[in-house]
Amino acid sequence: MMIKPEEVLSEYHPPLTDHEAFVEANRCLYCYDAPCTHACPTHIDIPKFIKKIATGNLVGSARTILESNLMGATCARVCPVEELCEGACVLGAEHKPIMIGRLQRYATDYVYERGIDVFKPGAPTGKKVAVIGAGPAGLTCAGELAKLGHSVTVFEKRALPNGLSTYGIIVLREPVEVALAEAEMIKRLGVEIKTQMELGRNLSWEEVRNNFDAVFLSVGLGSVPQLGIPGEELIVDGLSYIETSKMNPSALQVGREVVVIGAGNTAVDCATIAKRLGAERVTMVYRRTDKEMTAYPHEYEFAKKEGIEFRFLTQPVEVLHAGGRITGLKCVRMQLGAPDASGRPAPQPVPGSEFVLPCDQVVKAIGQEKPAVAKLLGLETEKGFIKVNDDLETSLPGVYAGGDCIRAKGSASTVMAVQDGKLAAFAIHRRLVAGLEAAAD
Amino acid sequence: MADLSINFAGIKSPNPFWLASAPPTNSGAQIHRAFEYGWGGAVWKTIGAPVLNVSNRYGAWHYGGQKMLAINNVELISDRPLEVNLREIRDVKRHWPDRAVIVSAMVESTPEAWRDIILKIEDTGADGIELNYGCPHGMSERGMGSAVGQVPEYCQQITQWVMDVAKIPVIVKLTPNVASVVPPARAALAAGANALSLINTINSIIGVDLDTLEIIPNIGGKGGHGGYAGPAVKPIALNLLSSLGVDPVVKQSGVPISGMGGISTWRDAAEFLLLGASSLQVCTAVMHYGYRIIEDLVDGLNAWMDAKGFKTIAEVVGKSLPRISDFKDFDLSFRAVARINPDKCIRCNLCYVACNDTAHQCIDLVDAAGNLVQPYNYDVRSNGKHEAVSTRPQPVVREEDCVGCRLCHNVCPVEGCIEMVELPSGRPSITWDELTKVRPEVGTSWEAMERYRDEVGIEIH
Repeated sequence: MMIKPEEVLSEYHPPLTDHEAFVEANRCLYCYDAPCTHACPTHIDIPKFIKKIATGNLVGSARTILESNLMGATCARVCPVEELCEGACVLGAEHKPIMIGRLQRYATDYVYERGIDVFKPGAPTGKKVAVIGAGPAGLTCAGELAKLGHSVTVFEKRALPNGLSTYGIIVLREPVEVALAEAEMIKRLGVEIKTQMELGRNLSWEEVRNNFDAVFLSVGLGSVPQLGIPGEELIVDGLSYIETSKMNPSALQVGREVVVIGAGNTAVDCATIAKRLGAERVTMVYRRTDKEMTAYPHEYEFAKKEGIEFRFLTQPVEVLHAGGRITGLKCVRMQLGAPDASGRPAPQPVPGSEFVLPCDQVVKAIGQEKPAVAKLLGLETEKGFIKVNDDLETSLPGVYAGGDCIRAKGSASTVMAVQDGKLAAFAIHRRLVAGLEAAAD
Repeated sequence: MADLSINFAGIKSPNPFWLASAPPTNSGAQIHRAFEYGWGGAVWKTIGAPVLNVSNRYGAWHYGGQKMLAINNVELISDRPLEVNLREIRDVKRHWPDRAVIVSAMVESTPEAWRDIILKIEDTGADGIELNYGCPHGMSERGMGSAVGQVPEYCQQITQWVMDVAKIPVIVKLTPNVASVVPPARAALAAGANALSLINTINSIIGVDLDTLEIIPNIGGKGGHGGYAGPAVKPIALNLLSSLGVDPVVKQSGVPISGMGGISTWRDAAEFLLLGASSLQVCTAVMHYGYRIIEDLVDGLNAWMDAKGFKTIAEVVGKSLPRISDFKDFDLSFRAVARINPDKCIRCNLCYVACNDTAHQCIDLVDAAGNLVQPYNYDVRSNGKHEAVSTRPQPVVREEDCVGCRLCHNVCPVEGCIEMVELPSGRPSITWDELTKVRPEVGTSWEAMERYRDEVGIEIH
C-alpha cells in the first residue's frame, strides 16, 4: 500500500471540538498569579485566556495570548508544555493538568481561520528598524515594534518566512500553513518582509547600519556540524530531511533501515518521519544515555510508541558503504566518565567494542553550527553564541539579538525566541523613544 | 438496612421518594415505568381545568459547563383529557397497591368545581390529593395556582371547600412566591388540611438570547416569567421548609410536610428530612437524568442512615430543626478562624485573592524561607515548571486578623484543605438579644458600642 505523506505526517492532535474546549476551559480553576503563567517563558495570562474561552469571548482569548506571544499559534503546537505551563498546572497534582496548549491552539485558530486581526499598527514614529532573520524571534520583534509605530523591515535569507517553524518542525507537530499565517499577520501590521536577502551575500552590513535606527539580529544557527568520520558525505542532514518532508514530501528518500545520530528534538522528528514514511527499522544512536538526551521525556515516550529503537552509549565511527550505497554504520560502545564542559558526564569509547549497525540510510541531527554573523560583524560572543546584555543588546550599540543565536544557556525553543524578540522590541522602543524625546528637546 | 417506609398523613409508601406533580407524572405509562424503577410514590400531574400549552415551554440555566442547574417552565397543568387521566390513575393504583398515588388538582375557584374534581379523584382509588396553590404562570393569570397560594384567605376558603368533601388525605402545596410561607400554611391548617407540601416553582426569567435579543425560551417572539426549579432552588426550599418547621402553629398542628425543591441526590434528601420534611418529592433531577436516579437516592440514603444509626425515616425528620435560629440568638463570642493545610493546598491562590480583594486581607503569601512575598513577584526571564513550582509561595492565614468569614473555605477547590477551626475567643458567651437587654445603647450608639468592645476586648480594624 502506498504511504501518503500528507496523511501519515498530518497534525498529530486534532483540534479541540467546541464542546471539548468549553468543558476543558471550565475545568480551569482560574488560579491567581497562576504558576502556568510563571512557567510560560512569554508569561501569557493563561487563566485569563482560558476563562475567555469559557465565556465565549474567543477574539478576546486570542488577543490575550497574542499580547504576550505573537507566535501563539506556533507555540500552542510546538511548546514542550509538559515542561512549561502544563507542567506547572496546580491540577497536575491530580495527574490531569489543563490542556493549555490545545486550548491556546483553539483560540488562536479561531482568529486565523476567520482572518481576524487583533492588533493594529501603532501611530508612525518615523523610526526604522531592521530585523535580520524572519524566524519566531525576528517576527515577534518586528510585530511588537510595528504595534508601537516603528517602521520595520525584515530580511530573510530563505524563500519563506518563519524560520524553523516553517522549515524545521515536522508537520505532525505544526503544519506549514500555521507558520506562514503568523508571518502574514505580522505583515498586516505593516512589517515588510524581504526574502532571499542574506547578510554578507546580497545585503551589506553597511546598508543596514546606514538605513536603520536600530537592528535586531535573529539569525538562528547554522547547518548541522561535521562528525568528522569516514563516509560522512553519505549522511543526510537532519534539518534538510525535515525540510523536504514539509516542502516536498514525495521527493524524500527514506531508507529501509534508518539510523538517526543524535537524541534531541530534531533527531526525534527525523526518526518519526523515517518511521512514518515506511522505514522498517529506525534506530536512534546517542553517545550518552537517556538521562542526558536533550529530547524531552514526553518526546522520548512518543518516539518509543512510534516504534523507534534507541542505542544509547553508542558513537558512530564510520559509515560503511559499497558502490555509493550505505551498508551500515560502524559504532563503538561508550561509557560515561567525569563531567565535561557541559556539566554532563563525558562519554569515553570502550576499546575494542566496535560493532556494525546494518542500515541503508544515516541521518544526523546533532545540533547546529554557531551563528556566522557574529564573526562577520565582529560581535562579542559567549561559547560561540552572540553575547547580549539584559536588554538583549550586543556589543554593538543599537544592535540587538535574540533567539537561538544567543542561546548560550538553556534550551533553544520557539517560545524562548519569542520572549527574546518581545523584550528586545521593548528595549529598542525605549532607545528610539529616548532619541525622539532628545530630538524634541 | 434502615426502614425507609413512611406513613405520611395516612399515605403509605415503601420509601419517602415521590415524583413531584410535573411532566414526569404526566401519564399512567410513565408512572408504571417509574414504579418499576422503585419510586415510592407519584403525585400525578395536576388535573383540573381545561388548558392549551405552547412550544418552547422549558428554559434552563447552565453554569460553567454544568447543564440545568435550574429549569424554568411555562407548561400548564395536564392537557390530557380529564377522563383519560382518571382512568389511568385508577389503573396505576390497581397495579401498585403498595405505592403512594396522589393526585394534584387545580380547578376554578368555586365550591362546585372543587367538589366535582375531589369526588372524581376519590373514585379512582388514589391515596391522597394535593391542592396545587403554587403554579406561578398561566394558571395564576386565570385566578388559580399561586393566585390562590399568595392570599391566605383564598387558601383557607378553598381548602375548606375541599375538606368538606374529601375522605382521603389532603395535602396543600404552597407557593414560594410570597414574603412568608407561614400565613398561607396556617390558613390551610385552619381549614383542616392533613398535610403541607412545598415548594412549588419560583417566578423567574431564565435569560435573554444575545444573538436575537429574544427572551429565553422564545415563544413565537415573546417570552415571560416561568416557574424556576432544580438544584439552584434547593437553599430557598430548605429555608421555607424550616420556616414552617419552626413556626409554633405549624409545629403544634403536627401535620407532616412533604419537601421538594431541587432534590437531586440522597444528600439533598437527607437535608430535607433533617429540616422537617417527612416525604420527599423530586422533579428536575428526573427530568435531567430519568427515573433511574431513584436507585442511588434510596441506596445512598440507606447507607447514610445506617452509618448514622438511624433506623427509621421518622428518626431523621426534623433532627436539625432545633438548630435553626435567628441572628439575635447566635453566640457573638463564637470564634472560628481559617486554617490552610499546606499538605493539601495546591497553591491556586483563590483563597488569597478572595480574601485580599473582597474579604478581610488576612491571607499572606509566604515563600519557603518564611518571607512574605507579593503576587507576580518574578522576573520576566523566569520560566519553566521547576522554577514556577519551586518558588511558588504558600498562602497562610494570619489567624489573629482572621474574622472567620469563611470565604476562603468556600472558594477553595480542594476538599478539606481550608478548615474553619474553632478557637476560644476568651469572652463569655452572649447573644445580641442578651446584650441589648442589658445594654440597649450598644444598638443605637457607636460610642457605646466602642466602649463595649474595649471592655470585652473586641478589636475590629
